[in-house]
Amino acid sequence: MSTRRLVLALACLGIACSPSGQDPDGAPGLGLPASNEDVAHVFWSIFPDGENLPPGSGTAAEGRILFQLHCQACHGLGGAGKPADRLVGGQGSLGSEMPVKTIGSYWPYATTVFNYVRRAMPYTAPMSLSNDDYYALTAYLLQINEIISSDEIVNADTLPQVVMPNREGFVLSYPSRPARYDYRADP
Amino acid sequence: MPRKTNLDDQLLDAPPVAGNGLLDRRALLKLAAMGSVTGLAAGRARLAFADPVAAGQPEWLLAPGLPAEAYGRPSRFELERVKRYVWPLEANRGQTIPWLSFTPHDLLHGVHTPSGLHFEISHHGIPDIDPERHELLIHGMVERPLKFNLERLDRYPTVTHDYFVECAGNSGRLWNEEPVAETLALTHGFLSGSEWTGVPLAVLLDEAGIQPGAKWVIAEGADSGSLSRSVPMGKALDDSMIALYQNGERVRPGQGYPMRLLNPGFEGNTNVKWVRSLRVTDRPAMTRFETSRYTDLMPDGKALQFTLEMEVKSVITRPTNSMKLKEPGYYEIAGLAWTGAGRIRRVEVSADAGRTWGDALLQEPVSPKMTTRFRMPWRWDGGPATLQSRATDESGRVQPTRQALIAARGRPPGPGTYHFNGIHSWGVLPSGEIRHVYA
Repeated sequence: MSTRRLVLALACLGIACSPSGQDPDGAPGLGLPASNEDVAHVFWSIFPDGENLPPGSGTAAEGRILFQLHCQACHGLGGAGKPADRLVGGQGSLGSEMPVKTIGSYWPYATTVFNYVRRAMPYTAPMSLSNDDYYALTAYLLQINEIISSDEIVNADTLPQVVMPNREGFVLSYPSRPARYDYRADP
Repeated sequence: MPRKTNLDDQLLDAPPVAGNGLLDRRALLKLAAMGSVTGLAAGRARLAFADPVAAGQPEWLLAPGLPAEAYGRPSRFELERVKRYVWPLEANRGQTIPWLSFTPHDLLHGVHTPSGLHFEISHHGIPDIDPERHELLIHGMVERPLKFNLERLDRYPTVTHDYFVECAGNSGRLWNEEPVAETLALTHGFLSGSEWTGVPLAVLLDEAGIQPGAKWVIAEGADSGSLSRSVPMGKALDDSMIALYQNGERVRPGQGYPMRLLNPGFEGNTNVKWVRSLRVTDRPAMTRFETSRYTDLMPDGKALQFTLEMEVKSVITRPTNSMKLKEPGYYEIAGLAWTGAGRIRRVEVSADAGRTWGDALLQEPVSPKMTTRFRMPWRWDGGPATLQSRATDESGRVQPTRQALIAARGRPPGPGTYHFNGIHSWGVLPSGEIRHVYA
């Protein structure tokens, strides 16, 4: 916190006398108001409870075609992987000598799939598909991991309700990790 | 044939402090004190005039040199030698985009990494951002959603600090069953140190007015793929900054031009480059890069999440396997130490695989969350030696052995992917060749 106090102190010295120094803390206050449209333009995050999921919907049956068109070249037939990440299987392997981390075995939230695929995929043309398409692809990735069925409708209401197999597999480690996982204490 | 001077005497006569030739670091201090005197004497000896005057002089003295350049470069003799290790190597690229580059610490000195040699990881390539069309928005649980462009941010009072950035995957290859034979860049090159100048994030958050209950800031970048991470509010209000300058010049494209989030001491991936959106919330977004990636799977199948602070760590950057010791005698062991917890308090060096240790000299200033250079005088007797360094930080954490780390966390293909901070070993052979070894 000392850095912050120092900055504010310096700012007070330099700017408090200036006519535009309207911020009582001494910061110049140069931010412009951001409208809802401004925010929507840059805010793509989707939260586990579904916050910020857009309108639209899709099913795995629709997603299968889209996957073959846009994803299979990198992620392999049915998400089997190579050259890019494997997307399917591995459930029950995390505690073994050969853990396989996929959407089905490792990812704790279904919303993360939509969040990531929409912002980042297809790799050479992110954000190039419609929201319906991204819902359909998300549905397909959940279906090949046997988390939902192929005719289940995925949308802003249903996606947050999907319970991922590894939902309870993570241990929050900030600001401090639980003692039984703190290997640092015993070097 | 080593020339015997007063300096050599001073160093070679220094008392040993640990096995296999490690000398008392105080010899380095004595050396510094007498350097100026000896330098003068040597300078006088070289002041002899030749006749005719040009005879034997190298050509660069005998004609005017090159004109000034608008933007300078290293010597042409260094350009091809000192460069980042870009992965995948050109021969193996195929269709894979080379988006990883490693800092060649074995070829560098000091603690500030030249900006062009700072490591870079770009999960979706480096965007070519027009600063006139880039804005940073702060929104969510705030009183006043705000937007800033580069021109406005440039008018804020700035802070300047030295900070390291280290990828959580740095040294991941030390989990390998066999030691890798590549240079230090490949094992420790996902670490760099810079002077960063920018606006404290706390100032901008204050201006937007944080609402009660806000606990996280979700940062999103303006790259293809919009890389995003959730940052705890405690960190954002402590020492995070929107960095605009690196080593005195604008942050470079590979480092987030025109602006990046910098979370000192946190794992590299959280320092979202090309940042354009900061969403203030009461919970993390659980993005791909904080769930599927950058989480630490443990042997019991559970994964640690948000292991954000980088651990205490050090490595010897000289000598390394990219050089060969020509003959027995005096050498300086040097390296880097760093910790996300604050300052490095102590670095010890061993020349006998950790059986005995001596304290290394720490180069001042020792800055928090920045690489600290350490140095240790060493008299190599020509026999086999195993060089190691072990750092301790001000929180009291001690860098673990590789074996201890593996015992606690396992080794891939099992768990143990990120956050390797174990002790690294260089094996010196009687031939003077140096190998990366496990000891």
